[in-house]
Amino acid sequence: MRVCVVGCGAVGSLFAANLAGLDDVEVWAYDLAHEHVEAINEHGLRLSGAGEVLGRLRATSDPAELPSCDFGIVATKAMHTESAIRATAGAFRDGCVATVQNGVGNEDVIAAHVERVIRGTTFPAGKLVAPGHVQWDVKGDTTLGPFEPRPAPFEEVERLADACTRAGMPTYAVHDARGPQWRKVIFNAATNPVGALTGLTHGRVCERPDLRQLVTGLVDEGKAAAAAQGIELDADPEELIDHAAKPEVAYDHKSSMLQDVEARRRTEVDYLNGGIVRFGREHGVPTPLNAAIWSLVKGLEESWAI
Amino acid sequence: MIRRTCVVGAGSIGSLYAAHLARVAESCVLTRREDHAFALNEHGLRVTGRHDFLARVLAAARAGDLPEPDLVIVATKATGLESAAAALAGRFPTATVMTVQNGLGAEEIVRSHGSWPLVSGVTFMSGTKHSDAHVEYILDTETWIGPYGDTPFECVEEIAALLVAAGLQAEALPDLRPAQWSKLIFNATVNSVAALTGLPHDRHFAAEDGESDLGRLVHALVDEGKRVAAAAGVELYDDPWEMNVLATKRGSAHYPSMLEDVEARRPTEVDLITGALVREADKHQIPAPLHTAMYRLVKAKEASYT
Repeated sequence: MRVCVVGCGAVGSLFAANLAGLDDVEVWAYDLAHEHVEAINEHGLRLSGAGEVLGRLRATSDPAELPSCDFGIVATKAMHTESAIRATAGAFRDGCVATVQNGVGNEDVIAAHVERVIRGTTFPAGKLVAPGHVQWDVKGDTTLGPFEPRPAPFEEVERLADACTRAGMPTYAVHDARGPQWRKVIFNAATNPVGALTGLTHGRVCERPDLRQLVTGLVDEGKAAAAAQGIELDADPEELIDHAAKPEVAYDHKSSMLQDVEARRRTEVDYLNGGIVRFGREHGVPTPLNAAIWSLVKGLEESWAI
Repeated sequence: MIRRTCVVGAGSIGSLYAAHLARVAESCVLTRREDHAFALNEHGLRVTGRHDFLARVLAAARAGDLPEPDLVIVATKATGLESAAAALAGRFPTATVMTVQNGLGAEEIVRSHGSWPLVSGVTFMSGTKHSDAHVEYILDTETWIGPYGDTPFECVEEIAALLVAAGLQAEALPDLRPAQWSKLIFNATVNSVAALTGLPHDRHFAAEDGESDLGRLVHALVDEGKRVAAAAGVELYDDPWEMNVLATKRGSAHYPSMLEDVEARRPTEVDLITGALVREADKHQIPAPLHTAMYRLVKAKEASYT
């Protein structure tokens, strides 16, 4: 089978390099960073840290070079989904496309361009340290399920999950993948922007009792928005938050949004707090704290233009 | 009859009062630093901008080195108020003391250090301090003053007349609370939003078209503040939302002091501004979740300095 990773940043690289190790999978990567693409084609895609991998695959910035693929795995930052899937949709005319991105709403964007869509959530994380080289920080599970409005056949979801698992990325195929997705969205929306606005690491956010209460306020709104859609969370996001705050887990971790803010890059807030606000509105759930946080982070992004 | 005045704290606001009062009274200045007092005694106090003149003042860093004033204006930032009031304890028994700090609660802090007749003030004027002995007068807007406790209104009227004779805009109000609360809600909203987003008080604060536009949060914060005022039995003097919209239409965007404080990584006045509003909400059992969130975020941002 042939898989194309669309957006070969840190998370995309974890999938691409690991899948490239399988004999029965041909891996392509689509990415706009030319240096990264050239390094992958010349030297392979290297992972170090939680696992040492050197994946041999084909990378390109030109969608016309992509062959017809059985699967796409979209791993761009959420704000680049539209342009990335519009450019590459031709390669997936006969295939299925999964998203493993942060936030909610990426599936809808993808479904506007391709027929068969897979909703996904992934917990492993890493960072790009040099062109062609990604540091694998944490291992973790991935969950995939058909996106109901334009679903991929469940056998296909299972086929992709099986390949990822065999490649060293434990992946579950489920009929309703919204539970893990919303657990992660709620976790990210309640913690990332609080870190981004205050400059505090995850652990320091959690050890201030009043700030931790704000985090819980954000979590509660997200839970209400999920419940109104009939989504059953697979675990309580609060547990994930407290677990991550431990010194040996992610106390010193600066949220990806804080890293974005420090580098003055656009953040994914539209798909995190913005997503919770939109789904809340559609289902009659008030989300005033998420709306406040959404506006503050958008305002912060605007301040860089002054 | 006010013959001698003493301004405590010669930041931009204190410097503007001291210099102008020197035109109509003997103007003394109590500074925190010895070298600041030395510079004022040596060079006088230069005003540029809206007005242009050089004032002669008598400055000292110890209250005991200054002659007895008839009027004391405490013009420190809220963060310096406690130590400034403590320095006055046991001194100037015949003086009237006026506060002009942002927020609420300055009068109580001064009261805890002495039994002077107190006058409450709020000021909308602004300036920029270019050196210890030079202040630029930027906005020649009003200072509103009113009696605190059982201070007679005639005393307030005399101070207002003195300020007007000195060339400043001033108005005596029998009840300052409506004006004080209008400014409290305005400051609690605008200053905290500016501190967290890095935006000066510009058009973003009035923009409400898009779902994540900052004006929506500003409006929600103002509405929440108005509910607290209503519960406290205060009828507002000006509508804080209209004050906000008007201020964003002035030519150059104002940098709220709380934004300057976080950029310089200094403690902010949030405890006496947003903190005061949240305490009033608690006292009157009115929910104020948005101002509570803003308070927690600004306090956390202060904690991130170290």
